Amino acid sequence: MVTILIFLPFIGFLINGLLGKFLPKSIVGIIGTGTVLGSFILAFMCFNQLSSLTEGSIATDLYTFLQVGGLHIKFAFTFDKLSGMMALIITGIGTLIHLYSMGYMHDDEGYYKFFAYLNLFVFNMLVLVLGSNFIMLFFGWEGVGLCSYLLIGFWYKNVNFGKAARKAFVMNRIGDLGLLLGLFLIYQNFHSFDYKEVFAQIGLGQVSAFTLNSIGLLLFVGAMGKSAQIPLYTWLPDAMAGPTPVSALIHAATMVTAGIYLVVRSQVIFDQAEIAREVIMWVGLATSLFAAFIGLKQNDIKKVLAYSTVSQLGLMFVALGCGAYTAAMFHLTTHAFFKALLFLGSGSVIHGMHHEQDIRQMGGLKSKMPITYFTFLIGTLAISGFPLLSGFFSKDEILIHAFEHNKIVWGLSLFSAMITGIYMFRMFFLTFHGEYRNHHHAFEKVHESPITMTLPLMILAVLSVFGGLLNLPHFIAGHSISGALAHYLAPIYSFPEKEVELNATIEWILMGAAVAVFLIAFLYTRTKYLTKKSVPESDDQQEGLGKVLSNKFYVDEIYDAIFVKPIEKMGDFVDKWIDGFILKGFVDGFGKISQNASGLLSKIQNGNVEFYLIYMAVAVSILLAFNLF
Amino acid sequence: MELILLPVISAALFAIFGKKLNQWVAFALSAIPLIFLISLVNSHTNPGWTTIWDTTWLSVNFRFTLGYDGFTGLMLFLTNILVPVILLAGVRNDENKTKITALALLMQGALNGVFMAKDGLMFYIFWELALIPIYFITLSMKHKDAFKITLRFFIYTFVGSLAMLASLMYIVLNKTNLSFAYQDMLNATYSLNEAILIGGGFLIAFLVKIPIIPFHSWQADTYTESPSAGSMLLSGIMLKMGLYGLMRWFMPLFPESLDFYRPWIMAFAVAGIIYGAIIALRQNDMKRMIAFSSLSHVALITAGIISGNKTGFSGASLQMFVHGVNAVGLFLMVEIIESKLGTRNLDQLGGLAKTNRLFTISFVIIALGAAAVPFTNGFPGEFLLLKSVFEVKPVLAVLSGLTIILCAAYMLRMLQFSLFGEGKVEIGNLAIHQSLALFIVIAMVIAIGFFPQFILDFVNEDLEQVFSSIELKGALA
Repeated sequence: MVTILIFLPFIGFLINGLLGKFLPKSIVGIIGTGTVLGSFILAFMCFNQLSSLTEGSIATDLYTFLQVGGLHIKFAFTFDKLSGMMALIITGIGTLIHLYSMGYMHDDEGYYKFFAYLNLFVFNMLVLVLGSNFIMLFFGWEGVGLCSYLLIGFWYKNVNFGKAARKAFVMNRIGDLGLLLGLFLIYQNFHSFDYKEVFAQIGLGQVSAFTLNSIGLLLFVGAMGKSAQIPLYTWLPDAMAGPTPVSALIHAATMVTAGIYLVVRSQVIFDQAEIAREVIMWVGLATSLFAAFIGLKQNDIKKVLAYSTVSQLGLMFVALGCGAYTAAMFHLTTHAFFKALLFLGSGSVIHGMHHEQDIRQMGGLKSKMPITYFTFLIGTLAISGFPLLSGFFSKDEILIHAFEHNKIVWGLSLFSAMITGIYMFRMFFLTFHGEYRNHHHAFEKVHESPITMTLPLMILAVLSVFGGLLNLPHFIAGHSISGALAHYLAPIYSFPEKEVELNATIEWILMGAAVAVFLIAFLYTRTKYLTKKSVPESDDQQEGLGKVLSNKFYVDEIYDAIFVKPIEKMGDFVDKWIDGFILKGFVDGFGKISQNASGLLSKIQNGNVEFYLIYMAVAVSILLAFNLF
Repeated sequence: MELILLPVISAALFAIFGKKLNQWVAFALSAIPLIFLISLVNSHTNPGWTTIWDTTWLSVNFRFTLGYDGFTGLMLFLTNILVPVILLAGVRNDENKTKITALALLMQGALNGVFMAKDGLMFYIFWELALIPIYFITLSMKHKDAFKITLRFFIYTFVGSLAMLASLMYIVLNKTNLSFAYQDMLNATYSLNEAILIGGGFLIAFLVKIPIIPFHSWQADTYTESPSAGSMLLSGIMLKMGLYGLMRWFMPLFPESLDFYRPWIMAFAVAGIIYGAIIALRQNDMKRMIAFSSLSHVALITAGIISGNKTGFSGASLQMFVHGVNAVGLFLMVEIIESKLGTRNLDQLGGLAKTNRLFTISFVIIALGAAAVPFTNGFPGEFLLLKSVFEVKPVLAVLSGLTIILCAAYMLRMLQFSLFGEGKVEIGNLAIHQSLALFIVIAMVIAIGFFPQFILDFVNEDLEQVFSSIELKGALA
């Protein structure tokens, strides 16, 4: 069943990829969506089975992928509580986004290609999470990177999109190298890539902290690439070049969370690798703040969401760094709901506005797109931490863990949460409220999206509201319903998670602080953008800090100057001077001498070949001659 | 024996009746040896290099001995699958077509000989025989520096084979009592200095052929300016002679010299990986780019071999096959572009994706294979090779691993500027023989990507034998 669950989208990919051109669009869409829905149903059935199984997982071995000496890599899958949860998110949200795409991509000439790629992505993502060893993870890891490349560059005629796609792939590969080295190091120490065997050995507690920290850090390098953390985050905002459903599925809900999954999966390593965890926490925190600041000055509706994703992922890493694995998974889940919702909502806006993405050109869309407006509002409230919505609980849990771990980290995370609220409401007000700021006749044409698009919005909105129920805090709910997720995930951890040991009063105060921060953000933006109706200035009027922010701290330019350009220069230099001048010159000079010295050669154009034939004849004769005498 | 004779007969056929025969005949003729190859595979039951042909000529010491094991078999499959593909779609339809076809067939026979020869003299003779057709092919290039380029190729190869000849002579005169037999050469004992000097002779010949920097400067121009069929034969099959030679001849015969040579080869191989890759990043001539990418890839294979562990040996033989498939595939794409559009310069291309789907998909898949993306053939081999280097020295694996970043960068750059963007030119439809050739290549890219163990099962046991002969002599302990 697990095998079918994984390969169903692959079959969809094959059908749409090979035959899609000849099928009507409706069939292509149904195949694309249906296969993922099928996977979701199967995942749900597997999920239900889990509780009745004593070993707590469903394992499937397909075949031996590689075997050399003691190295034995199986093509095998394990459906356990963690991978099952991920599979449900991937296929569940995947289904909604496929459905949405049927409307969003309806007029695109590459319709079948789009569904083929999306299905291939879901397949690879399932391989990533359901694989039962590190190599399967690496397979999916690179596979989703490839699909991401194909989908970012989906509109291939645009050269800039192609550039963004390549940047994403190459940057991810930097992370992949780190991950690969981490895997080699794992094998060197434990002589296996299999999760079970590796984790069992580490679980004995005999491994040196140095080894575990090294492995942890290398794995985290991989996570930095895939989950867009400093310094490897700059590909994600550029990845917005892809169609919006892609941004929702790959660059918000699923692929970018692979890094979180990797860390949680390897809990046994990270729990003992304190230095690695500390690094993760600070990198996550820095990313969260840095991206949030940039988000303040972005005017492209999708770019704001992209930086917000980077920032939220950073927050999840903060949780991981504090050893709060469940909190990270909790936030991963709620973030998948509300960020997918926001992206799809922004897609609906872009669709309704006929491909306008600049929020300075929008305004007053509330009346034209009521469903989009209302669901987007829920998404905005959820991410900003409006009390009792999903994002409120998941973020609060991270903040509480941060507070216990380190007060400064808590303070900065809280600050990051406030900025999140500010840029989200800024975008929200500018888009839906106030006056329309573009030509009047363009406003007439703005329309609400079709039902295939609004239905996923509504479902995701419901999930964004109630997602918090997954893991309610102890001090609010009774013990019977609180901490459901923590309870669910407990068996997959090799070491039990640390419980928060703060008293309820402090936890209430912390929650109050979070609410206060939300209110500040809301009131500030409300005054600025609703009451005063201020509109962000155009790009060339920016100055000072604003200019730095809207230029994203010039990170792209810096990378270009210190990495890309020097490598290119070096390539040119080596090509021209070392390869071209020195090495060739040496041999050519040698050739010239021999050519001049030998009359035989200089006379005949094909001299060298003839000479060679003669030489060979002589050489063989000499060899023969030894024996004849 | 049929594997050597049949291609030679086919070559003669083409030399005589060539004008009346087309690529389909060439394809069929060059594929016939596969039938004999399969029967060889079936008769091979015990691991080890089995003698399948043994006759004497002139005197008792001149033996014509051929051997077969899985490793030889894999190289034979490589040769006898790729030559048909090359002849099917890689030879341009111009005045040189018949000549090149005949020469390629001749080479097929000689290459089969190189991989089967179980006798030093036969190995040497086939080695040289394989080179002669390629000289004539490269000489038919249409470049103003044709002579200079071929001369450079010639000088390198000449020096290499002279060195190998000298070593062979030394061995038969001093060590094996005039016998050229592989087993006798293997059983002989060499002092450290002898191993370094004699082994060095073989080594030079092999390193030039692979090529490893700094012996590579014949390569780029030769690959770039040769007719595509020549580039495919050279990169797809011929350079495997050098890698094969390392594994079959140099390392088992002279393991004592490894302590001396290993650090150097390793250093140059790892440097070559990066060297080739950063130059490839900057090329606009697609053939030149592939040439440098090939330089980078084979350097990794060499590093894996010289790591001297089983992972490296298995990974190397797998990757030798895979690199052959991918290099031929890439040159094939360029040949199709160039023959249709008259240019292979990335500046003048773009937007090809718009006009031909099959072409686009093929190109993307092959390039991804070369960039070692999982589920393509490039991944398992590269994984094993990097792992083998890591086993020796992790820091070298970090450097070698840069290839997965750089290779992605230059392969995707090539795709971007040829396939994507606004269309400047149109590629039109592919002929049936071109589609079939591409189909064969892609089928191998994907099949090996999912089931690499199929190839490893084919070679692993026999490689263990090769490996144990190195270990027996006390190296690599």
